[in-house]
Amino acid sequence: MRDLLRANQRETIAFSVLVALLVSYLATHPAGPTTYVMTIWANQCLILALAAIAQFFAVIVRGIDLSVGAIMALTNCIASYLVIGTGAEMTFGIIIVLAAGVGCGVLNGLLVVYGRIQPIVVTLATASVFVGLALLLRPTPGGQIDYDLADALTLDVLGVPTALIVTVAVIGLIWVPLRRTGLGLGLYAVGSSEQAAFQSGMPIARIRLASFALGGLFAGLAGLYFSLVTTTGDAGIGPNFTLNSIAAVVLGGVALRGGVGTLTGAIAGAFILKTIGALMFFSGLPPLAQPFVEGLILAAAIAIGGADVLRVKNKLEVFGR
Amino acid sequence: MSGLMQRLPSMDSLVPYIGTILLILGGSVFYPQILGFEYLTQQLQISAFLGLLALGATLVILLGHIDLSVPWILGGAAILSTSLAGTGDAVLTALAIPAALLFGGLIGIVNGVGVAILRIPSMVWTLAVNSMLLGVAVLNTGGFNPKGEASDTMIWLATGQLAGIPAAFLVWMLVAGMMALVLTRSGFGRYLSAIGYNEKATFLSGVSTPSVIFAAFAIAGVCSALGGVLLAGYANQAYQSMGDPFLLPTIAAVVIGGTSILGGRGSLVGTIGGVLFITLLTSILSVMQISDAWRNITFGMIIIVMLLLQTLRKKGS
Repeated sequence: MRDLLRANQRETIAFSVLVALLVSYLATHPAGPTTYVMTIWANQCLILALAAIAQFFAVIVRGIDLSVGAIMALTNCIASYLVIGTGAEMTFGIIIVLAAGVGCGVLNGLLVVYGRIQPIVVTLATASVFVGLALLLRPTPGGQIDYDLADALTLDVLGVPTALIVTVAVIGLIWVPLRRTGLGLGLYAVGSSEQAAFQSGMPIARIRLASFALGGLFAGLAGLYFSLVTTTGDAGIGPNFTLNSIAAVVLGGVALRGGVGTLTGAIAGAFILKTIGALMFFSGLPPLAQPFVEGLILAAAIAIGGADVLRVKNKLEVFGR
Repeated sequence: MSGLMQRLPSMDSLVPYIGTILLILGGSVFYPQILGFEYLTQQLQISAFLGLLALGATLVILLGHIDLSVPWILGGAAILSTSLAGTGDAVLTALAIPAALLFGGLIGIVNGVGVAILRIPSMVWTLAVNSMLLGVAVLNTGGFNPKGEASDTMIWLATGQLAGIPAAFLVWMLVAGMMALVLTRSGFGRYLSAIGYNEKATFLSGVSTPSVIFAAFAIAGVCSALGGVLLAGYANQAYQSMGDPFLLPTIAAVVIGGTSILGGRGSLVGTIGGVLFITLLTSILSVMQISDAWRNITFGMIIIVMLLLQTLRKKGS
């Protein structure tokens, strides 16, 4: 147990912070720890967590994805047309929504791998295209999502918020198995040292493409879940999610230089970020001071994460970071 | 001979100029007024706002870093200068511009401390600084558009003309000229690129790398603040989130100008070309009165094509 904690030091820290925040949130909330309060909290967290997972797949291979929010906006707008009607129609709609997400991710991947352009620049440009497509579909917010499906996936099962069940399922059914495959290993190899991975005969191009496709898939899932929570389509949701997803992965211990961090950490980071926001709301601070305190906490959290650099004895060590 | 070759602008930095000329010629087929003197000088005036931001961003990107606090340094400088000028007091009005520039420089140093001393990735640290600035602005203005107005100097700088040339464009070129002098005539420019290539090696050769990083971020902050001052003069007021639409075009302009996002390679000449290209592209797309959606799509596609052309050219040579 002790070894497990030490091996996952960054995640352990992130989780303890999250638990502390959650306890103080539930303690300050006027309604207390009811299922209703937990459900609303978990829904908001899961949306950002899915976006953070999308960002994680870009960051782990030493990239960055500025189109996460744009893919969410696009898939959200598609869902607002298709995820309604009979069961078969909705299934078809969900498949199309997720396929759109994967398609966006693959497009990013192709431009990065074969166009030889840096990920940050590629996704900057494709984000503009995706938002444009979303605006074509929904010039103004509107549309509808099937209420029964939305209720089923955004309320609770026997008192446990469905969003938390989905979170556990993503970790248990997708991440843990994936980590053990060749692709899971390849993601870390490419992120740590592309050259070394190449020289060991790893299919770099395919791994990068796969990581972008997975990123697109999760951005699509984030868009879909956002649709279920809000039950409308809105092309303007992107920018906030893109920047918050980057902050979330960093809070969760994923290194922006690639190769370090886990998907579980990214999820924890997203939950932390959202809980800070929720905590602000009930903290009794004057409403106008809240955005500033929120920014301050974010900066402090990141600075503390980087503070061990001050203890480094050999000054040269800091350059490898 | 090699000295001469170095002085000539590289092909990378010429691409956006060629693109700009093609845009003007292509646009004028459908809209002859684009070739008019009035339209083109107006474009020079508008491009100065983005241009100032992009000059600062070029320095930071040459280092291999990125500055995401541009929007609220711009917004903060605009709010600060308009509220000082709005008091009507002669002394405070005169202080409006220097105070705004000082503010930009200070925030730039805060950025530099996080990046150079705490070693936090610039993308995250400047993002956090940006959200703190937003918080301070909301706290001070109550979330409404701040009161105050631009001083006469600010208005003249943004909208005035000198011998038929927009003053804003002259300010931009003046800053670019001074920056080019510093970059080519002092060690600073070489240190910037050297850190972008390999920070460790630069440190080992005796360069005080933290000071270079401080200076670059501080200059970038001053540039963003100057952009905010001009923009406030142009609109005669400051408004919430006035800087947000500038962040991504700034990065796009620098990259289209041939500066590597990884740092170490790039030029101011290219950035100026990139700014002219982006401004003109945005302007022509809005002259064509196509919907917001198609404007976004075309904008993204053209940037991708420009970048792919750069890759193709490198493969060819």
